[in-house]
Amino acid sequence: MNSRSLLAEHPVQVAKDGVSSTLSEPRESPLSACARLRAAGIEKSYHKGNVEIPVLRGVDMEVRHGEFLAIVGQSGSGKSTLLHLLGTLDVPDAGEIYFDERRIDRLPSRQRDALRNQDFGMIFQFYHLLPELSTLENVLVPAMISSSVWGYLVRRRQYTEQAKHLLDLVGLSHRLRHRPRELSGGEMQRAAIARALISGPKVLLADEPTGNLDRSSGHEVIRLLRNLNVQQSLTIVIVTHDDEIARQADRTVQLVEGRIEPK
Amino acid sequence: MFKLLLCWRYLRTRYIALASIISVTLGVATMVVVNAVMAGFTTEMQDRIHGILSDVVFESRSLEGFHDPQWHMRQIDRVAGQYIKAMTATVNVPAMLRFRYGDNWMTHPVQLIGIDAATAGDVADVTKYLQHPDNRQHLSWDLRDGGFDVLPREASAEMPPRSQLQDAGWPRRRRRAEQEQAFRESLTPGRVEPPGFDMPRAEDSFATNPQLLSGPNQGTPSTDVASTVSSEDPNSNAAEPSPVDAVGEDSLPSEEVNPFERADMALQDQGELFDPARDQFDGLIMGIAIASFRSGDGRDHFLALPGDDVQLTFPTVGTPPKAESMPFTVVDFYESKMSEYDASFVFVPLEVLQRARGMIDPTTGIGNVTSIQIKLKDDRDAAVVRDLLRASFPEQIYGINTWRDKQGPLLAAVQLENRILNVLLFMIIAVAGFGILAIFFMIVVEKTRDVGVLKSLGASKQGVMSIFISYGMSLGLVGAGVGLGLGLLIVAYINEIAVLIGSFTGHQVFDPSIYYFFTIPTIVDPRTVTWIVVGAVSIAIAASVLPARRAARMNPVEALRYE
Repeated sequence: MNSRSLLAEHPVQVAKDGVSSTLSEPRESPLSACARLRAAGIEKSYHKGNVEIPVLRGVDMEVRHGEFLAIVGQSGSGKSTLLHLLGTLDVPDAGEIYFDERRIDRLPSRQRDALRNQDFGMIFQFYHLLPELSTLENVLVPAMISSSVWGYLVRRRQYTEQAKHLLDLVGLSHRLRHRPRELSGGEMQRAAIARALISGPKVLLADEPTGNLDRSSGHEVIRLLRNLNVQQSLTIVIVTHDDEIARQADRTVQLVEGRIEPK
Repeated sequence: MFKLLLCWRYLRTRYIALASIISVTLGVATMVVVNAVMAGFTTEMQDRIHGILSDVVFESRSLEGFHDPQWHMRQIDRVAGQYIKAMTATVNVPAMLRFRYGDNWMTHPVQLIGIDAATAGDVADVTKYLQHPDNRQHLSWDLRDGGFDVLPREASAEMPPRSQLQDAGWPRRRRRAEQEQAFRESLTPGRVEPPGFDMPRAEDSFATNPQLLSGPNQGTPSTDVASTVSSEDPNSNAAEPSPVDAVGEDSLPSEEVNPFERADMALQDQGELFDPARDQFDGLIMGIAIASFRSGDGRDHFLALPGDDVQLTFPTVGTPPKAESMPFTVVDFYESKMSEYDASFVFVPLEVLQRARGMIDPTTGIGNVTSIQIKLKDDRDAAVVRDLLRASFPEQIYGINTWRDKQGPLLAAVQLENRILNVLLFMIIAVAGFGILAIFFMIVVEKTRDVGVLKSLGASKQGVMSIFISYGMSLGLVGAGVGLGLGLLIVAYINEIAVLIGSFTGHQVFDPSIYYFFTIPTIVDPRTVTWIVVGAVSIAIAASVLPARRAARMNPVEALRYE
């Protein structure tokens, strides 16, 4: 696997490298010929009883190869909804979403499941680790989902090695057997990042990853994401309302009342 | 893979699931136990019914019977010979049986059956239930020289021995004869009584052998009045010390043997006086409950024993039928433990009964019988044979039935009872199923966010669903497995458990004096057990389907937002 070999070469560097200096000024991201993710005319509204609440009112945006994109906006501006739509967790009412120029918003659910499993890695504000499983097992869940029982058992050693390596990468190699409730917030989020990386995704979608963390843990998580972005050219989309984090991104788009506002 | 892991983890961490496991366990265990006991009782009962009834009964609709059983057997063999293993002819008539106990004549209505000792054993298990071991091997109408089973067969160790059977047979008969002799001599020393003297009803009985309980040497038996009478015989009047009572338990008043009237049939070719100490009448096998009763402590008390003489009164085949009386000597008891049979069946030699009823044609020597009992190679063919025979013989004259037809209402009632009980018990498991349903809905609600996470990680609907279904299946399997083990354990130790419960509650759970069994019969039918386990697991799975579907259909975005 690509990410594995890449990460294996610089484990220490990734973990310890002070990237803040590199990230202090937004980097000029190279404009790719085609976008990794592209949304066109996205509309989405929610229903509360008979009342229709429009959340997204025609969003056009694109996420380029290898960029670190921040989506900012106030609470209720629809940024999480947009992220969910990009990650195929939800279906837009109108508009189209393309992943590597392949339309994904109307795919049958099975293909969207596979897409989420293989191509997207997701991180949430509340980490969403499974409380019954250990840290290591939580990281292995996507691998378990993607393979059959037999296939998993055959490659179990390989998967475990990979998960351990990823946990080492995020600095949790000493927490393999712990249950999520025995971890701190920052540790849980780092475990969630390791989980998002296990199947070698092409895009990492992070929904307020630091929203529930103290400042230093938040910084650590952002540094980790930034490193991944730099080291592996991993495309990262991060939703945040924290301007400081947004400043570290290559590019920022702002959502105001369901529309992209130029910034 | 994640399904199995999560399912396993949920199983280990959700103690509420224990509740549903326990309810499944209890349901399965109860069903296993009840089915084993019901099957035990049913089989035991059927065995006993079947033991006396052959597979197919070919019978005359009239007590007159039909002529020439051999010809009928040939015809039956011609029609359905390929199914038939053995046949035997019998004569069944209602009759009255009388024997003396103390001062009283005990009269019982009985079902009198004349059987051919040589072939009856091939057809039905009559001999299996006799009390003398040699008779069980080979039935003989001659009185045995003691050796009857004192310990009842198929009984537990607690069953009190039937000590009265100890001297049954010739020893008892001889002693009674001597006792009577001694008693008679004590009344009229040196005088030979004329026949018929002191015998108010000469036709009543030959059974006039007072018993000397404490041995033949006792000159005047009046010494042991009180002890023997009061302890053994609730019917006798101990307060009235007449010489009759004084003789003891089975004492009889002084009556003379009337060899001319009573015993001429048995003795006509011997040309000498009938001596009850050496001679016997035709043998008779009597249902044990006719001659005994069981007291509350489980002890059997006998009013007559092998070696005693009894009198049978039955209808002859003349027009109009007349009542014919005849003495017989009890040679053995029949104890199938089906109280209905034990209290009504009396067996005598076929030819004796035929002759006594006038069923034998004097010119040809060929007799009538009332039925032919047919034993099949495989008793499952009974209905086929019955239909074949019904098609070949006029139904106006012959009734042809399988043993199940004959006991139809009883068997049907038991079967119905069994079925209803099973339905009710299955409801227990269904209740467990609803428990699982409720608990699962709870777990699904609790796990809403995790379901969202799994979906965001790419788990399919089916995947999410199968977590909960395999969870339900595991609960069912564990519950049913433990229940099966528990049930089998209870079945294995059911009698001990019954005793234990009895000692706690002070009530006997299983009263042997009612059931005639001393242990609770159980049969574990692997097929039934399999069905119970499969049913329980299916109910558990069925109960988990609804919550699982709900989980699978959850919108991941909403599920993730759920706090």
